[in-house]
Amino acid sequence: MTEGSYDESIDQKKKRRSFLTGVVAMLCGGLATITPFGAALWAFLDPLRRSSGAATFLPLTDLKNVPADGQPRQFPVVADRVDAWTGFKAEPIGAVYIKRDVGSDRVEALSATCPHAGCFVELDKAAGCFRCPCHNSSFTLDGGIVAPSPSPRSMDSLECDVSKSGAVSVKWQNFYTGIEDKVARK
Amino acid sequence: MKDAQSSDMSSEAAVSVGTSWLGNWLDSRTGYRAIVKSALYERVPGGARWRYVWGSTLVFAFMTQVVTGLVLWASYSASAQTAWESVYFIQYEMTGGWLLRGIHHFMAQAMIVLLALHVMQVVIDGAYRAPREVNFWLGLVLMMLVLGMALTGYLLPWDQKGYWATRVATNLAGLVPLLGPSIQQLVVGGPDYGHHTLTRFFALHAGFLPATLVLFLVVHLSLFRKHGLHAKQPITRPDAMFWPDQVLKDAVAMLAVMAVVLGVILLPALRAILAGEPIMSGHLGAELGAPADPSEPYAAARPEWYFLFLFQFLKVFEGWGATGEFLGAIVVPGATLGVMFLMPILGQWKLGHRFNVLFTIAILAGAGLLTAMALHEDYYALWADRTAFADVEKLLDSTGGDSKKIAAALGHDENKIADFQSRRHKFEAIRRSESFLSAVKQAEIDAERSIELAGRPEKIPPAGALSLVRNDPLMQGPRLFAQHCASCHAHMEPSMEGADQVFAKSSAANLFEFGQESWVRGLLDPKQVATDAYFGNTAHSEGDMVSFVSDDFTDEEVWEQSDKEAVIFALVAEAGLLKDAGKEKVIKRGMDLIADTDRCGSCHPYRKNETEFGYAPDLNGWGSTEWLVGIITDPTHQRFYPDTNDRMPRFGIASEGGLPALTSEQIKLISLWLRGAWYRPAVMKKVELVQDH
Repeated sequence: MTEGSYDESIDQKKKRRSFLTGVVAMLCGGLATITPFGAALWAFLDPLRRSSGAATFLPLTDLKNVPADGQPRQFPVVADRVDAWTGFKAEPIGAVYIKRDVGSDRVEALSATCPHAGCFVELDKAAGCFRCPCHNSSFTLDGGIVAPSPSPRSMDSLECDVSKSGAVSVKWQNFYTGIEDKVARK
Repeated sequence: MKDAQSSDMSSEAAVSVGTSWLGNWLDSRTGYRAIVKSALYERVPGGARWRYVWGSTLVFAFMTQVVTGLVLWASYSASAQTAWESVYFIQYEMTGGWLLRGIHHFMAQAMIVLLALHVMQVVIDGAYRAPREVNFWLGLVLMMLVLGMALTGYLLPWDQKGYWATRVATNLAGLVPLLGPSIQQLVVGGPDYGHHTLTRFFALHAGFLPATLVLFLVVHLSLFRKHGLHAKQPITRPDAMFWPDQVLKDAVAMLAVMAVVLGVILLPALRAILAGEPIMSGHLGAELGAPADPSEPYAAARPEWYFLFLFQFLKVFEGWGATGEFLGAIVVPGATLGVMFLMPILGQWKLGHRFNVLFTIAILAGAGLLTAMALHEDYYALWADRTAFADVEKLLDSTGGDSKKIAAALGHDENKIADFQSRRHKFEAIRRSESFLSAVKQAEIDAERSIELAGRPEKIPPAGALSLVRNDPLMQGPRLFAQHCASCHAHMEPSMEGADQVFAKSSAANLFEFGQESWVRGLLDPKQVATDAYFGNTAHSEGDMVSFVSDDFTDEEVWEQSDKEAVIFALVAEAGLLKDAGKEKVIKRGMDLIADTDRCGSCHPYRKNETEFGYAPDLNGWGSTEWLVGIITDPTHQRFYPDTNDRMPRFGIASEGGLPALTSEQIKLISLWLRGAWYRPAVMKKVELVQDH
């Protein structure tokens, strides 16, 4: 064995030792660091776990408050609401337009949320149509699209129920906006 | 030298970021290889050592606080109605919130320990000497910033513990001459504690202080790199590179710190597993007390353990008034810090350096000693033998603590008196400790109940969790009862040890389980009705009710056993406290018997029996919340005892121009509590983290 090769083998050993030290250092440091990042990420992703719950029928008004004249009227939707830690009792959580055609006992409900980008659609009585103040989507009084429109679909109709005593309730739901299909948010 | 170079080369291979096209492209645009190289290839004279790890672990701890703190921030809401509530939500409702908060809470404490170690290492090694003086001063500023973050962070959950500790801390800040009151008002955000105390503390904790800290840290680190590591003298081993030798030691230390923090968080879980109990993940990690309540005394108030020495130190100046507090809280700590700032200058001389080392050790030892003293005082009753002081207690009770009477009782024997005084001192220490421990116990009970209330399906009302606490019969009932009712009425299970003595001392009925079957059975039991637990100590002890129960009610020709049972069940049903269903017929029978003007109805108005009010209490709705509210509000009302009320105050009726002793809300809380009507969670919330199957 020459002196040179002896030096080389020492160098090799040192290199290997140093490499191993580096690997262990990265492992320890990585483990220590990943813990707070992991815990932070775990908690940060918590909102994905939450859902708005199943859609339920909410009492809205009495049939006698909805004249049979084919004109939509705005009603607030009132319900108990939970916002993270706070529980609200009977709070307005949104609005719907209710319409009853002449001589009919059936009512129709349209969500006031624009299917384009979620703004609040207003009733333009003078023009006899619905209009969204954000991007000018217009809808007929039945909720149909008035072309050309940025909205990809008609206004979202909501299931409605009139009890024998005349109590009007509506199945309150939010839908994904900006797409052609009406898909309820979970 | 050669060693260092070869390790330099080989370790370069270990962190090789690649010579790929992408690496070259990025390097030509950013020069990152040079940055990485300069960050990692710092020479460590004399080789890597464990004593150099503290600075790096502190940076690591700070990074942990930044990461966990930012995500906590994403869920925290700083206002008096939402701070406790949002922390509750993080701890008990958010996935992994307990872990996130636990790491933040305990890493903050680890930082204090690491700081002490870092300062100690720097001083002992003389690393503050020229040319590193400025960096030492920067380090001291960093230390104060970390302590400031610890102090401000303690308040943010807005629980009793943080609230009262912060009140003390800010009041002490008010002792600074001239500017004190203004400083206090600025920190508190006004003359009183509230929304702006929280927003300001939060801005300090998560904004001003960490931003300043980062600035100082950058300068601290760059000066550290500029001067190089101050090696422990004498250098006996060959030099090494920061990477990988020192990095390995740093990384192991960081991992150890993190393991200790996780260990503290998960220890209760391990204990639960071993005991075969379910793990409540919300109970892991940092605790959360009851919501801050300025109207509720909090005798368990103590600063966090790392400020306990200051708390104890202030006691040294007891009796000096505000001057003493100013000395203890501001002058002495300020002077100590002043000496620390002078250390680099003093350290130029050998003797000065020795002084610095001794001073640092003395400060740390002193702080340790004071902490131990504080803990000893607080927990003294746990190991002290109270029974050994029975004679002291007896003498104090009989003399009312009057020194002349005590001297007389001890026959004016000076030795005996001196001995008594020293033992009295110890006995009082036990008593103080006992009251602290019971306050801690009460704080735990209150915290647990607050959390139980916040977890109701209805969630927390917009007015905040404090409104839940204040309207909870279980939390307020016992307090109000103790304040207003307990001087006459007992509330104690009769089978409990010592109950008879308590009843004997009371001047009115025991109200334990009032309105329930057990209570009604006792009332209608000839053996019990005239005892201390019922009418025995009242003006009614020889009244018509007692003679009715003792005589008429025992006449089996008039009252068959089944009739008596029926009356008992009817009364319990009247109170709405009947637990068994399917007793409708019996209750109906009992109601008829009560209404019968030849029986109970001869004195008591009930249903349509037309017996007049005034002779005996109305039995309509007897024992119900409404009935109880009525009698507590005004026992002299014609429905109750208009002529025969025995000393019971009219709690809900104000004297002219005054306020009633109790508000209608308070009376209702007492009534609900007496009836056992408070919220109970349907099922224990179990969390899926680890569970025995």
